Amino acid sequence: MKRQSFFLARGRFWVGMLPWAWMLLFFALPFALILKVSLSTPELAIPPYVPPFVMEPGAVLPHLRPDLASYRRLHDELLALGTSGADLQYLSAWGNSLLLAALTTLLCLLIGYPFAYHIARSREAARNTLLMLVMLPFWTSFLLRVYAWMVLLDSSELGLVNRLLLAAGLVDAPLQLLYNAGAVLVGMVYSYLPFMVLPLYANLVKLDQRLLEAAADLGARPWTTFLRVTLPLSRRGIVAGSMLVFIPAVGEFVIPDLLGGGDVLMIGRKIWDDFGPNQDWPMAAAVAVTMVLVLIAPIVLLHRHGRNAEEEQ
Amino acid sequence: MSARSRPGATAWLLAVYVFLYVPILCLIVFSFTAGEITTQFDGFSLRWYAELARDAELIDAVLLSLRVGALAATAAVVVGTAAAFVLARFGRYPGSAAFAGMTTAPMVMPEVVIGLSLVLLFTHPLFAFLGGRGVAAIWAAHTTLCTAYVTVLVQSRLREMDRSLEEAALDLGCPPFKVFFVITVPVIAPALMAGWLLAFTLSMDDFVLAAMLSDPGSTTLPVLVFARLHHGLKPEINALATVIVAVVSLAVVVANRAMLSAQRTRAAALRHAAGISPGSVSAVTLSHPDMRR
Repeated sequence: MKRQSFFLARGRFWVGMLPWAWMLLFFALPFALILKVSLSTPELAIPPYVPPFVMEPGAVLPHLRPDLASYRRLHDELLALGTSGADLQYLSAWGNSLLLAALTTLLCLLIGYPFAYHIARSREAARNTLLMLVMLPFWTSFLLRVYAWMVLLDSSELGLVNRLLLAAGLVDAPLQLLYNAGAVLVGMVYSYLPFMVLPLYANLVKLDQRLLEAAADLGARPWTTFLRVTLPLSRRGIVAGSMLVFIPAVGEFVIPDLLGGGDVLMIGRKIWDDFGPNQDWPMAAAVAVTMVLVLIAPIVLLHRHGRNAEEEQ
Repeated sequence: MSARSRPGATAWLLAVYVFLYVPILCLIVFSFTAGEITTQFDGFSLRWYAELARDAELIDAVLLSLRVGALAATAAVVVGTAAAFVLARFGRYPGSAAFAGMTTAPMVMPEVVIGLSLVLLFTHPLFAFLGGRGVAAIWAAHTTLCTAYVTVLVQSRLREMDRSLEEAALDLGCPPFKVFFVITVPVIAPALMAGWLLAFTLSMDDFVLAAMLSDPGSTTLPVLVFARLHHGLKPEINALATVIVAVVSLAVVVANRAMLSAQRTRAAALRHAAGISPGSVSAVTLSHPDMRR
């Protein structure tokens, strides 16, 4: 018995070692590096920054010289808010991102809730197929699904939606459908809808039918039952789905790049541009730090909901 | 809900499915055009499929993506299973909360942030031994991302599994590592399979991490497709999309069938077991030859 527990203890150590080491090296350490680089000075070098501390020969402690210029830039934009003619590219990108992510979440909820509700209420044999049909587009390439909207919304008279509108006589000239915030919104709702539907479905399918029958027996109208029984009971699904849509939508890069053109600057794209063409890694890192700070609240909310749901079961 | 609202329900379901599938159907239809334009059907032809088959750059990218996907999925299953064990079985210890946060955070962090953080690691002079940007960096990034998903899947399976089987084996003197491979792995096998497949598709589909960590010699399929989308639309991309949709649909249908039949065999085996011998002994003898198939 003693021998066995010795092996267990040693085994536990090695089993724990692998994921701990992996996560420290490829997750925790890179995040520390983001913090460090956000305090660095950009420079034409490889890598393109001067670190915020240097080890001088013979010194015990590193010599600190943090450069707060990247954060000051963001701070200055906050102060300049409301002044006319001020250059607010980061702030407006943040505004666009939060607004578009919030609208995406709202639209996904409005489309996805009745959808998930009716799947959960359909015949048991059909549910599996209906869910699989939601997942199927999700398994195919994300980029190609966005590409499909580039084809549909094409702004020339050859675009599919434009051709429909022209043929129906609803418009005289092709509309500018692509490369604006509306196109980005459509693309995001399309891409993130499954993230909303799945947690909502998982929640709604467990709903106790007897509660609804009891409400009906006591004379509640269907809408009253929905508002006072179903909706409060599905709160967890709503929160989980909304966070699963909102969090990635804030940092989205691909959809605004392909469907938004140059006009719809979102904060994920600012990071990308500062990292790529602008070669300003400290700025990209500082924006990434603010993004993590902004998203911490929704992430904690999602995490806590997940844990409560686990404990309930 | 009453029967009155049924037509409304069907209409809503139908409308959303139309929204989900019309863009994909358009891609498929226009992949068979003979012309150069992605939105105009100039007669049926397989021309773009022929172009696809001749496109060496694209085929290389597909092969690289398949390789990275398989390697990342396999690594993610190994790291993720170990992480799930730590989370499900080790209880509380100093740092356990930090570990739980760390393993699942990649799932909810925006990809741009994860990508940037990993670029900083791979370009850091102190970590030059990791080899810098390239295929290995993409593999490590995908493994980190996919590990989070595998951990969640395997962890929930570990929590719901019956520990008495493992305890019985340990009491009978079976060494722990053997218990793991002979009893635990067969029981959690469905979660391992699902985790591998999910990780594989996530890796195949990832653009942001791969693009940030790629060097000129490591163009995965999404990186190549993204670059081409910026150069203008061609029906060849439609043909590629059609092939992907066909392969994925086939895989999903087959996997679904296989899962259903496995469930049926398992149910039959349990019924059979309940018929001959009661109690947990039958579960030990029957649950794992069945799972091992």
